Amino acid sequence: MEIPKNFLGYKRENGRAGTRNHVIILPVDDISNACAEAVANNIKGTIALPHSYGRLQFGADLELHFRTMIGTGSNPNVAAVIVIGIEPKWTKRIVDGIAKTGKPVEGFHIERTGDIGTVMKASKKAQEFSQWASEIQREECPMSDLWISVKCGESDTTSGLASNPTVGNLMEKLEPLGVHLCFGETSELTGAEQVCATRGATKDASEKFMKTWNNYNDFILKEATDDLSESQPTAGNIAGGLTTIEEKAFGNFQKIGNLKFIDVLEPAEEPAKGPGLYFMDTSSAAAECITLQAAGGFNIHLFPTGQGNIVGNPIEPVVKLTANPLTAQSMSEHVDCDVSKILSREMNLSEAGDKLIETTLRVANGRLTCAEALGHKEFVMTKLYRSA
Amino acid sequence: MATDIIIHDKKDNVGVVVIEKITAKQECKCWIMEDDSSTNIQSVDEIPLGHKIAMVDLKEGDTILKYGHDIGKVVKSIKKGEHVHVHNVKTKKW
Repeated sequence: MEIPKNFLGYKRENGRAGTRNHVIILPVDDISNACAEAVANNIKGTIALPHSYGRLQFGADLELHFRTMIGTGSNPNVAAVIVIGIEPKWTKRIVDGIAKTGKPVEGFHIERTGDIGTVMKASKKAQEFSQWASEIQREECPMSDLWISVKCGESDTTSGLASNPTVGNLMEKLEPLGVHLCFGETSELTGAEQVCATRGATKDASEKFMKTWNNYNDFILKEATDDLSESQPTAGNIAGGLTTIEEKAFGNFQKIGNLKFIDVLEPAEEPAKGPGLYFMDTSSAAAECITLQAAGGFNIHLFPTGQGNIVGNPIEPVVKLTANPLTAQSMSEHVDCDVSKILSREMNLSEAGDKLIETTLRVANGRLTCAEALGHKEFVMTKLYRSA
Repeated sequence: MATDIIIHDKKDNVGVVVIEKITAKQECKCWIMEDDSSTNIQSVDEIPLGHKIAMVDLKEGDTILKYGHDIGKVVKSIKKGEHVHVHNVKTKKW
């Protein structure tokens, strides 16, 4: 298949391009959710991103909170942002962070005004942003404007056999076009960590990966009770035939094909070493992982599933693929790309990779994913430890 | 061409069922992805889609190889053709 040279995206002020054109209402903290949701309800063409945190956090956990907030607002799939927080200082910090992209952003704080007055002021600005964004047209953008993140979920053995290698095949074909790529799921590489480390493009990248994996593994062993075997693999994984974390890890690892990763990113960190594959330190829980990758600037997500994970994200479209024929049949409303014919050997891996590239481009050009059509917009902040 | 079981790597001692299920005592056709070769095995148990079958006899303490790599240890002896899963294999990690 000849891979198209362009897709139709929204060009942004900072030179990036989006596959979507959202106006978001971003609460700084849990108690500002009501206000943000009221504004999004008032003004059509906007979406609120409620979440559970943002109060009394400190240290690395607070830094991650800010990085995720600012990264989400800065994502090129977002045209403009209204930030609403209880206090002015943290609200302004997030507004200033997002403003560096050059996109329209305005902050509102609730103290001394109350919810109703804030909703009124923020709604007026949100209406202005929504109508402004509605006139932005899709334009031809080079494939290198695609930043693709990947994560698998509710995996089974068909993931490692077929759907994850299909993503790997897509990566091998798109990397030469200057696409940014990202995989994560630190804990789910357990058992395959030594093999994964050999895929660092430099000694530095390999060492950084092992350090990151060791830190996560130490944390898991410290907190683990006898229930770990019910979380990793999950009951769904086991029903699908996966027996151990090692088996799950080697299946997971098929998503990067034969590529090498050029750097290891902190959670929600934006890559800075140019196009190519990056590893991001993330949890293996789907919504947490995708939220962090979206905050790192990735504008389209590929999600292979075995038993049928249904996750979506409010700003980064999530393209689902499966190689499990039972899932493709019984959960068809969740499946954007069916590659189950690989198992019956009626389709080879390269054909599956081409089919996924075609689906990915249709979604990049504007086709709603199954998760978008079904209203999935899971926005889940990662919290590193208890608040002060 | 019809395949009942796919094996990732020549070194693997397990294969994955890729049809809805195989029945007990079924003559199964296996395809080895790594070198595009074929083999056969007779099943002992009924095994559903996605679950593993032992390609050789395995005893307690043996290592299960899949993708050519160590994916866990045998905790209860397994005969060639039997179902391989959480009842007879455990992680070496956690």
